[in-house]
Amino acid sequence: MGLQDKYKPLVDSANASGVKNLQVREQDNVLYIDGEAPSGAVKDQLWATYDQIDPDYRSADLVMNINVSNMVAGAKAKVTTQTSNLNIRKGPGTDQPIVGKAAHNEIVTLVSKSNDQWWLIRTDGGAEGYVYAQYLSVQ
Amino acid sequence: MKKSQLRMLFAFSWLIISSFLIYSCKSKPKDSDLQTAIESKINSNPDLSGASVSVKDQVATLTGELKTDAAKSSAESTAQSVEGVKQVINNITVATPAPAPAPVVVAADDPLTKGVNDAIKDYPTVKATVQDGVVTLTGEIKKANLTKLMQSLHTLKPKKIENKLTVK
Repeated sequence: MGLQDKYKPLVDSANASGVKNLQVREQDNVLYIDGEAPSGAVKDQLWATYDQIDPDYRSADLVMNINVSNMVAGAKAKVTTQTSNLNIRKGPGTDQPIVGKAAHNEIVTLVSKSNDQWWLIRTDGGAEGYVYAQYLSVQ
Repeated sequence: MKKSQLRMLFAFSWLIISSFLIYSCKSKPKDSDLQTAIESKINSNPDLSGASVSVKDQVATLTGELKTDAAKSSAESTAQSVEGVKQVINNITVATPAPAPAPVVVAADDPLTKGVNDAIKDYPTVKATVQDGVVTLTGEIKKANLTKLMQSLHTLKPKKIENKLTVK
């Protein structure tokens, strides 16, 4: 079975749930799916579908780069760490010094995107710096 | 004039009239028949799917969109090959091919390694190596964290991710 067939339910689901700029490409036996999900819930749903088709993501035949399009500068986002505080760093990288912390469940303001992984944010307390985007979710 | 002569003349004129009628039928085929003939030829060729034809005064006009210039001229010769077609007006457009998708760009190992290290930082039981864009994960992880880790690794533009983690 080809990769396009194997992951067809995923692509169909992405189309049906309003994923923008959807791109599906196959190269060297890996399928690359890129797109922008309208919300974090849609992204999670797609990952659940991926997990169903390929349990524990073992086959190494898909790279699914789905970002959430509601992460835009100026938006308010909640800190969604499991329990701990979120490190605010001087630059985009865990090798950068920590300049502050945002509490679990705190609401912060997105200032600008550094890359898909790092956002410059500002807390209501005035701390500004880079945090790992995965721990932010726009409400 | 004798009755037999009159009958002969009548028969003769009828012959002339009918042969004229037959001749005129042959030289002036019905537009609708021509259209049907061209349509059936077009429909029998999958390359010409998308072309339509209408015929008026024995002039066939082709419209629609086909994939290639070759298909466009093939539609024209198909219509021309039907007996009785005087002229073919070829208004078929050729579809501009969709641009080929850009190739997938895989991140270079240095920024990829940095991104991977950022992503696994919160999971001390996970180890990762990066080689030619391929991220290999070893160690162990909880199922709930596996999806989170994968979500962030997949945004780093790796070539692929070999998941050899033990999922607890």
